Formats: sequence, structure tokens, C-alpha cells
Amino acid sequence: MQRALTFLILSALTLFASDAIQGEVQKQGLNMSAIVMFFIFVGATLGITYWAAKRTKSAKDFYTAGGGITGFQNGMAIAGDYMSAASFLGISGLVYSKGYDGLIYSIGFLVGWPIILFMIAEPLRNLGKYTFADVASYRLKQGPIRTLAAFGSITTVILYLIAQIVGSGKLIQLLFGLQYEMAVVLVGVLMVLYVTFGGMLATTWVQIVKAFLLLAGATFMAVAVMAHYDFSFGSLFSHATELKDASIMSPGKLVSDPISAISLAIALMFGTAGLPHILMRFFTVSDAKEARKSVFYATGFIGYFYILTFIIGFGAIVMVFQNPQYLDMAKHAVDGKFPILGGNDMAAIHLSHAVGGDFFLGFISAVAFATILAVVSGLTLAGASAISHDLYASVWKKGQVDGMAEMRVSKIATVALGIVAIILGIAFEKQNIAFVVGLAFAIAASANFPILFLSMYWRKLTTRGAVIGGSLGLLTAVVLVILGPSVWGEIVMGLKDKEAVAAAIFPYKYPALFSVTVAFVGIWFFSITDKSESAKAEQEAFEAQFIRSQTGIGAEGASEH
Amino acid sequence: MRKELVEQIKNDPNYQELVAKRSSFSIILTVAMLVVYFAFILTIAFDPKLLGTPLSSDSVTTIGIPIGMGVIVFAFVLTGIYTKRANSEFDDLANKIKNSVKDN
Repeated sequence: MQRALTFLILSALTLFASDAIQGEVQKQGLNMSAIVMFFIFVGATLGITYWAAKRTKSAKDFYTAGGGITGFQNGMAIAGDYMSAASFLGISGLVYSKGYDGLIYSIGFLVGWPIILFMIAEPLRNLGKYTFADVASYRLKQGPIRTLAAFGSITTVILYLIAQIVGSGKLIQLLFGLQYEMAVVLVGVLMVLYVTFGGMLATTWVQIVKAFLLLAGATFMAVAVMAHYDFSFGSLFSHATELKDASIMSPGKLVSDPISAISLAIALMFGTAGLPHILMRFFTVSDAKEARKSVFYATGFIGYFYILTFIIGFGAIVMVFQNPQYLDMAKHAVDGKFPILGGNDMAAIHLSHAVGGDFFLGFISAVAFATILAVVSGLTLAGASAISHDLYASVWKKGQVDGMAEMRVSKIATVALGIVAIILGIAFEKQNIAFVVGLAFAIAASANFPILFLSMYWRKLTTRGAVIGGSLGLLTAVVLVILGPSVWGEIVMGLKDKEAVAAAIFPYKYPALFSVTVAFVGIWFFSITDKSESAKAEQEAFEAQFIRSQTGIGAEGASEH
Repeated sequence: MRKELVEQIKNDPNYQELVAKRSSFSIILTVAMLVVYFAFILTIAFDPKLLGTPLSSDSVTTIGIPIGMGVIVFAFVLTGIYTKRANSEFDDLANKIKNSVKDN
């Protein structure tokens, strides 16, 4: 462990050192405060990992941090999983460029949370152990259900990872002037270290630390912006509309037609409730009570964060937009518009400089990097658990395996996922990957969520219904995304916006309305027509499962130490 | 779980009360969230100009701003209401059921 840490720190130092030498000939200057704060953060997280490694002795520790995380801590960690660099920079960038549309978008991400609390959190905690497949396969056949659930998890995780890693490579390249490939390798190596050595305990605390830093930094920016306008939203908005135009105060083109609106809403709501790295967090708390508190705090933090990003987006309009310091002169010279350096997603980063100078820019840059590391670690752990707990221990070894062997497989899977993430991150550098997060949500909503939800609440669900319906949902989601505007229109035909929609075989960007319907109808039909003996037994087992899900009798507790 | 135990809990009035109260409460709150959110998003889809109405004639702030912020606060408040009731009333019932099982 220590040797690995030393190696990492040394190699990271060389990366920066070599870059510092080339730095003078590059356009991006090195931000020393960013680098110093980055090293402080990496040092602190490696310290957390070292501390967590000593406490991670059993498989339960590895997957669930021993089950001893409190509701408040878990709420912070869940919020941290959700507040990725993509959502911090992306949503504030969207508010910066489109105004009100950014708020509509972030509200869509939030409303899934109350529903997770009312429907999913408690039964999930009461029935599961390490992964959501534990719950889905509780009374159904382990082999097929876990295979499908693991497949859904791994696909979701890899798609999400690609989006995060490619985004992180570009961000780090921009902020620290580090080469893209180096940045991707650095992120990949650090996340593998956190997960393999520190397991869920390290992953959770890294996430909590980062969530705190991100909320603190974003709060500072929002307060600094509001202080300029004597804390009057009215004057902030009127100044912003003077610089841009009045359209930023009302809904724009984000929600164009009712079908897309409903489909996006379903993808975000049900997709959130089907994300394996989020679901896994519910097993880190001691009981259903703490699970509920987790969602309550998480919803509060996430809602607060979205209000901050809205203020930050408007702050960027008044302080960054048309500010010659952040103007991309080369592009401005061509079309006379006011593009900012690095594109709209850099609005929050530039604003941090505008309100707090080089030092605060360094802080926010380091926090953005920390965010990426924390989120990819959670994803990797969820993917590795699906491989080790669901596929290896439950499907392949039929549960006849001890915790240590399972944990070892999990660590191997983590390293493998890290390598896959690095390779894909480098392969997708120049690709248009705007569709992958949408696809991840669509798959989570269409395959993971229906199986999970119906296994908890529908007595008549059978293995046949879940496997066929879930697979149909997954397949429909993938096919419709490929035939839709983002892949067929933009990538295959090379078109944009309206032309891409017109050229696409399937005209909607978000397939969830259709694929989720296919999944539910498929599961329903193939369950009620299943007259086999095993189906009967599965339906009879519902009562006992439902009692446990409602009362917590027999549920997994926290570990003893 | 043994068959007799399942039967016993199933017939426990505390259990029946817990399931009835919790499911109706969850459903009411879920519907409340869905109604508010879909009303918001479908208003935008069908009549995008409506939320662009200024708060007053001399203001650039539109009614969409407080409404949007309101949806965020509403979601948070709902989770608070549920958590409060579930962590007291529902957990008390669940504990009663657990204790009655222990006695046997």
C-alpha cells in the first residue's frame, strides 16, 4: 500500500514537473494555487484511503463500509455522487447560455429523489445486502436475474464512466495544462487506488469531503455574486437581461414538445432510481431509518446545489460574458459573438476567477478535479460489485464462496474496470459523447428500475417475466438511442439540432417513455402467462419478502466493530 | 422466514395498520410530486410563454423563477414530511411487530 502511494505521488510529481517544463511554450499558463490545492486534496484522500484500508477487513466492509455510515453522512455522499463535475459545470454552463432552461433541466434531476424515498429506499435497505440485484433476485432465480441486473449495472457504469473520464481529461487539460492521456491515466490510477485499498469506506469519505468542498465553493461564488447586487435577485436579473436579452428569463427550446418532455422526465426520475452506484449507497447505513434520512439530506443538498448553480450561471452572465478577460478572441474575431475561453461549460470556472482571483480559481479547479475522482470511484465500486458479488459469487459459484475470495475478485474487477475506463477514455477523446449519459439513464430506467420496483411490490412477478421484460426494455432503450437524433442524426449523418431530429429514424432524443413502457408491459405479460411450478413458488414467496421489506425483520445489520 | 411466522405477522393488526398507512401515505406523496412536476413541465411544453410572464410590469423577473424554485423546495419539504412521520409513527409500529415476534 505505502509503496503504491509513494509511486503514485512520485509519478504524479513527474507528470506535473514535465508539464511545467513544457508549460512555457503552451498557451495555458499553470495555475500554481490549483496545483498546490490539488496535491493537498490528493494527499488527504490518499490519507483517507490508508485509514479506510486498515478498517476494511471483510467483504461487508468493502462493499458497504461496514454498514455504519450515518444518514447525514450518506446523504452527503449520495448528493456528492449526483453533483458530478458534469452537473456542476454543465448546468451552470446551461444557465449561462440559455438562462431559465438550465433551471428546468436541474429540476428534472431532482424530482426523482422524493419518489426514491417514498417507494424504493426502505424496501431496498431491508431486503438487500451489497447490490440492488440482491433485492431483484430475492425470491426469483438467482442465475438469470443477477446476470441481467449485473449486465444492466455494468453497462450503466461503463457508459457513465466514459462520460466522466472524457470530460475529466478535457477539464484537467484545460485547467492544469496537463496532457489529455496523462490526465485520464491519473484519474484512472487514483480511482483504482481508492477503491481497491479503501473500498466503500474510502469511496464514501472521499465523496463526503468533496461534496463539502463543492458546496462551500459554490456557496461562496453565489454569495459573492449576490453581494454585488445587494442580495436582490431583481437587480441581478435586470443586469443579466441588459447584457443578453429577456429570453433568458423564460423557458426556451429545452422542452420542445410534450412527448419529449414526458420522456425526459421518466428517464431522469426512473433512471435515478436505477443507478447502481446510487442504489448501493443505501446498504452503507444501519437501517431503514437512516436510509430515509439519507434521502432527506441528499434531496436538501442537491436542491440547494441546483439553486446555487442557477445563481452561478447568472453570475457568469453578468461578470464573465462580454468580459474581455475571458473572451475567446480568435472566435470573436471570426463571428463577432462573445464565446468564452473553453466553451460554455467553463462559465463557472471563469466566474470563480472573477469573484476570487487566481487563488479561488485554483480552489474551484481542484474541487472540480476532486469531484471527478470521487464520482468515478463510486461508479467503479458499483461496477466491480456487480462483477464480484452478482456474477462471480452468486451466479458462477452459486454462493459457495467465502467473503475474502469475493473481495479479492472485486479488487481484480476494479483494476480491470480502471484499465477499461482508461482505454475507452482515450479512445473516445475526439468522439461526440453527448448521448452516453442519456443512454446510461435510459438503460437504468428501462432495465434496472422496472425489475427492482416490481420485485418489491408486485406479487405476480416471475423470473421469466423479469428476464424477458427487462431485456426487452434494455434492448429498446439501446436501439432507440442509436436510431435517434443524437447517434443517427448527429454521429451517423453528421447533422445538428433540427436537421439531426428530422434525419433520425426515431425522432425523439429520450427513448425512456417508450422503452420503460416496453419493459413494464413485457414483464407483466411474460409473468402472468408463466404457469410453471417455479413461478408459483416465486409468487408464494412474495408474502415473506414483503413483510421483511416493510418491517425490516431479518434485514442486514451493521457490522460489529 | 417460517410459514407460521409469516401467517402470524400477516394477521398482526399492527402490521396491517403499518402497511395500510404507509402505502396510502407514500402514494399520496408520490402523486403530489408527480402532479406538481408534470404540471410544471407540461405547462412549459404546451404554453412556453406562460412562465415567461413578468412578476410585475416593471420587473424582468418572470413568474417562472419563483415557480421553479418552488418545485425544488416542494420536493425537499415532501421528503421531510415523509421522513418525519416514517421515523416516528411507522418505525414505532414496526418495532411493535418486531417485539411481538421476539416474545414467541
